[in-house]
Amino acid sequence: MQSGRWVAAGRTAAFSETAGQKAMPVTSLDNDPNKARRFRELTLPHLDDVYTLARYLLRDASDAEDAVQECYLRALKHFDTYRGPAIKPWLFAILRNVCRAEYARRAAAPAAIIDDTAETAEQAPLWHETEETPEAQILREHDASAIRRLIDTLAEPFRETFVLREINDLSYREIADAVGAPVGTVMSRLARARAMLRSAWMAEQEPEK
Amino acid sequence: MTCDEAEILIHALIDGELDAGHAREVEAHVAQCPRCAAALAAYRQMSQAIASADLRYSAPQSLRLRVEAALPKAAPAAAPAPSRRAILRGFALGSGVSAIAATGLFAIMLRNDDQERINSEIVSAHLRSLQAGHLTDVLSTDQHTVKPWFNGRLDVAPPVIDLTAQGFTLIGGRLDYVDARPIGAVVYKRRAHVINLFVAQTSNTARREARTETLQGFNIRTWSERGLNFWAISDIGADELAEFSEKFEAAARTNTEG
Repeated sequence: MQSGRWVAAGRTAAFSETAGQKAMPVTSLDNDPNKARRFRELTLPHLDDVYTLARYLLRDASDAEDAVQECYLRALKHFDTYRGPAIKPWLFAILRNVCRAEYARRAAAPAAIIDDTAETAEQAPLWHETEETPEAQILREHDASAIRRLIDTLAEPFRETFVLREINDLSYREIADAVGAPVGTVMSRLARARAMLRSAWMAEQEPEK
Repeated sequence: MTCDEAEILIHALIDGELDAGHAREVEAHVAQCPRCAAALAAYRQMSQAIASADLRYSAPQSLRLRVEAALPKAAPAAAPAPSRRAILRGFALGSGVSAIAATGLFAIMLRNDDQERINSEIVSAHLRSLQAGHLTDVLSTDQHTVKPWFNGRLDVAPPVIDLTAQGFTLIGGRLDYVDARPIGAVVYKRRAHVINLFVAQTSNTARREARTETLQGFNIRTWSERGLNFWAISDIGADELAEFSEKFEAAARTNTEG
């Protein structure tokens, strides 16, 4: 789907502030294997979480992989600034910054991007099929990919807050830490996100006759 | 409370983020406002559908290897003598060493005396929970109320699975302490018997077959799965407890795979 959007080399360079250093020791952590171990112990168990968030933020599997790798490299580089206690919001904050850079890059290279998501984002969902059996509806209700599609239609700040809460299971406080916004903002974004999803949801549950 | 306020706060109510006082205020408003009541019901339903659909993504193995290769090598775990805290390391760090364990670089060994000590602490925690008013911090038969409650209280939210249909009623959740670390306890009932299910993250992702031990008249069934250590303890028979752990695991697998 995204094939041909970028040249692979260009993508890596754009993503990676550490691109030129990959073969070299990343930081002085190499001299401190205990710290390296602590970093691995703390962060690697959350790889699925970080990848999940990256998928929802970037809506592209291969971009998400690049972003996750860059996130871990940056996290390692800045590991000294980690003050705990919860590692997930800290990792997510770093991932967000990586993704911001990717948004900026996408925006700056309009010719190369055939962004099929931007157009659908503002549109009503497309699945108003008529004459469905109740069974089909029930199936659809529990279809993860249908729900993912709904989530993907949300605008970015709302999608982010929603995913952090519902899928990454963060508390409001942790979301506020990760996105660098007050808890009040988190709450109103979440309310907006759910309201938008609810409309889409209703549209899906009650197909137009 | 106005509808405008409630519009925001019902979400905090669903997410278990409100303190008791505010929760009561929101509930009082919802009780006399049909519009907000409808919204709350709809959002609850939506949250449940989202929770029951598996919306997470798993990092592809290729990415896992890429990330691991990019990080500097870790020192092997300090010497063979396993730390007495090894089994509960995850509590403090909010982590395990799953990826490293998977590469076989080192495996955390559990010494028997550690297991025995933990088991006896599990018994103490179980006994404490049976004293009046100690059983649950959050009292609900709804897994979607119990699970969010753990969020923000523990680094690892224990899986909360309703097994009412299988004969084990979910009655709530509790924060407990074992080995001086906070640990999540999910509380079930079988007839009049209480089952405490303690869940802790482990540093070892290897699957460990369930086995039952008896201590001070209680049966304790322990197993490890998906990077979590489980201790189910109750005064019900060993066979029923085994049935509980099997039903729980079966439901947990459906949840993650479905």
